[in-house]
Amino acid sequence: MSPEPPAGGAPAPAVQLSAITKRFPGVVANSDVNITVRAGTVHALVGENGAGKSTLMKILYGMQQPDEGTIAIDGAPVAFSSPADAIRAGIGMVHQHFMLADNLTVLENVVLGSEPRKGVGLDFAAARAKITEISTAYGLGVDPDRLVDDLGVGERQRVEILKVLYRGARTLILDEPTAVLVPQEVDELFGNLRDLKAEGLTILFISHKLDEVLSVADDITVIRRGTTVASVSPEGVTARKLAELMVGSALPVPELRESTVTDATVLSVEGLTVLSADGRTVLDNVSFTIHAGEVLGIAGVEGNGQAELVEALMGIRSCSAGRITLSGQDITRATTRHRREAGIGYIPEDRHRQGLLLEAPLWENRILGHQTSAPNVRGPLLDRKGAKRDTERIVDEYDVRTPGIGVNASALSGGNQQKLIVGREMSGSPVLLIASHPTRGVDVGAQAAIWEHIRRARAEQLAVLLISADLDELIGMSDTLSVILRGRLVADHDPAAVTPEQLGSAMTGAGRED
Amino acid sequence: MRNLTPRSVLLGLAAPLGALVFAALVCGIILAATGNSPIDTVDAMATAAQRPRTLVNSVNSATVYYLAAVAVAIGFRMKLFNIGVDGQYRLAAMLSAALAGAAFMDNLPSFLRIALTIAVAMLVGAGWAGLAALLKVTRGVSEVISTIMLNAIATYLVSYLLNPARLAETTAGSNNIGTAKITEGGQVPGFEVSGSTTKVFGLILLAAIVGVVYWFVLSRTKFGFELKATGLSESAAVASGVSVKKMVVISMLLSGAVAGLVGMPQLLGASYTYSLDFPPGLGFVGIAVALLGRNNPVGMAVAALLWGFLDNAANALDISGVPREIVLIMQGVIVLSVVVAYELVRRYRVRAEQQAVGKALGRTKTLEEVSA
Repeated sequence: MSPEPPAGGAPAPAVQLSAITKRFPGVVANSDVNITVRAGTVHALVGENGAGKSTLMKILYGMQQPDEGTIAIDGAPVAFSSPADAIRAGIGMVHQHFMLADNLTVLENVVLGSEPRKGVGLDFAAARAKITEISTAYGLGVDPDRLVDDLGVGERQRVEILKVLYRGARTLILDEPTAVLVPQEVDELFGNLRDLKAEGLTILFISHKLDEVLSVADDITVIRRGTTVASVSPEGVTARKLAELMVGSALPVPELRESTVTDATVLSVEGLTVLSADGRTVLDNVSFTIHAGEVLGIAGVEGNGQAELVEALMGIRSCSAGRITLSGQDITRATTRHRREAGIGYIPEDRHRQGLLLEAPLWENRILGHQTSAPNVRGPLLDRKGAKRDTERIVDEYDVRTPGIGVNASALSGGNQQKLIVGREMSGSPVLLIASHPTRGVDVGAQAAIWEHIRRARAEQLAVLLISADLDELIGMSDTLSVILRGRLVADHDPAAVTPEQLGSAMTGAGRED
Repeated sequence: MRNLTPRSVLLGLAAPLGALVFAALVCGIILAATGNSPIDTVDAMATAAQRPRTLVNSVNSATVYYLAAVAVAIGFRMKLFNIGVDGQYRLAAMLSAALAGAAFMDNLPSFLRIALTIAVAMLVGAGWAGLAALLKVTRGVSEVISTIMLNAIATYLVSYLLNPARLAETTAGSNNIGTAKITEGGQVPGFEVSGSTTKVFGLILLAAIVGVVYWFVLSRTKFGFELKATGLSESAAVASGVSVKKMVVISMLLSGAVAGLVGMPQLLGASYTYSLDFPPGLGFVGIAVALLGRNNPVGMAVAALLWGFLDNAANALDISGVPREIVLIMQGVIVLSVVVAYELVRRYRVRAEQQAVGKALGRTKTLEEVSA
């Protein structure tokens, strides 16, 4: 497969990946990946988590080298040994997690690493002019002199885009750019992308949100288990069809069946107020109740007090006012251990930081958080046999894909790590489950399994507090929905009636005016 | 811990052995460059190894180093750096020596005397370490800083107390001063070894017991698990209901108590008094030995023996004309290279395991696809 020379008037493809193969420890390797990106288009790369999208993009951006295959930019074969090479060839990458310094201005962030020199000093005036020019040309609306700290998520993303344009990128890779945005911001982003396309730039858009892909992409390539399985155009395909191409079978839907809500109160929170270390109110007079068999979903843009709410409920963070009652017992001042023993299961937001000991075997991770209860301990001694046996059970029941329970947690994929955590937290019959982003970063198969386990536990009278950034998950899995904004619960919605757009408005506070 | 396969044992030994070989090479080069024969040096050390006296001394040094290493390792397990073992053992040895040598102790039964001496040493060590723990949990003072400063304070406190006007007396016929000599009932008899005039410390048994208890507590109890969990990930430990402050206090007190034992074999088995020439710096050797032995109860024992032998072989080198400082260089290079080697092996392990898991699962997946 040699890259075809530009025949007649048709321009060479902006990016052509041919027969790329990458063997890589621990994750799905890329094998025989073929993608052709036409110049001046938005090309979407879709695939479930762990399908190999990120590896492929790292190869294109020069962060990794392919074992086999060729990359051609504008028809000319290239070999990147570092991102610097890729940038020189006109490829820019906007990472999912922003890489901006909060305490610098937009201007300083943009020039960081490629500062314009004037003698020994920096030529900020020239840089400012160039930024303003780019910003106007592509309709980004970025003010070079604002502090990044003051910018919203959508604006920060535009700064990231500006950063790569400033370095002369003609092809932009956007890695799951909508993961951190609310629906309104997504629309703005798509507007920007269309402007960029109109100016002749090429965009490679990575996502697993199919509606978005269908609305913005000119071409779609589907990747599954490390290899490209289909190239389709959005006109000829439905979201359902795309999903099936992605997973190789039907896509799971977050959906509750009949209501199992009872009138037995499990968790009651009254007037909960939490201050941050520097005295700001991060949680302001929050009250809610969760009944047995009920899932309460909390929607909100990240950083509006969700993490603080969870930590206050777990006893990791102390609250300055309010009362927390679990099954009639006041636990406002109880220790984390006491709360766990009282029957709170906890799926933390960041499983690597809070949920696992990465460098410890699976069976030791089974003990974590449950160090005082059977089958893990007998008196002050560990019950190693009991813990191992129960780990085998979790691996079995929750379909944790692992060769054994003696391997370290770090060796498992994200989805399997999460299934282990869910299995662990469901053990010992909890009365309340606090699930913070339970399906973030896990593949579709694991997602469906986790939803099913939550549904089953709910049917068995478990009360669940569900916090998620995935609005479909929230709407589909909740019996009751609340929106959190700047530390307050500002609105309640009926999940049966609300749309993601309405939720999005409420999350940004826009919905309160109408 | 993990399943013992020949491969995992080999990997476990790769780092310390690699570091040893590397250190030997570096020392060989230094010796050759300074005009000494590396062959002669090895020869001198080998000759020393055949002398029973050197071996007994090595074992005795190792006993003391092992206790110091365990004291350090208790903190290391939860990423708590007790640099103050040195001050803790000196203060503990001094005060317990003063007690053991006091006249009223003569009437007590021997066993009780020894037990009381050791208990006081542990209490003093724990107390001195406890100061650092208190500062850390109440004021957030780094234990590294506070224990280093407490070492200095201990030095001055000991010299203040070691004064004829207070706890010490002058030794007849010398300008040395020390606590009153512990009479025979308070001493711990050693083990005779044929061919050597020095005896093996009786308290080597104490070191062995400490090692076994250390192993049991860390790998078999809830406390040990929580200590390890805190060391691996403090945030995960907190989310799991571990009170990190409590762990800091408990492990610091335990570390200090074991540190209190460090001076005991020497005090009750050889010196019988805490005087100006009581061996200093053992706490720092403990840090090196704990690093080399990876906080592992057996690993630290091997490391302590190696260290003890190197120290005592240095005397033999002097006699054969090789500068004894080469031993210090060797010890330094071992510690530096072993830290690097352990990290390399750790990374290799993580990658190898991910690869193995990927391979094992890849096979299952293909089968599933076939059956689907």
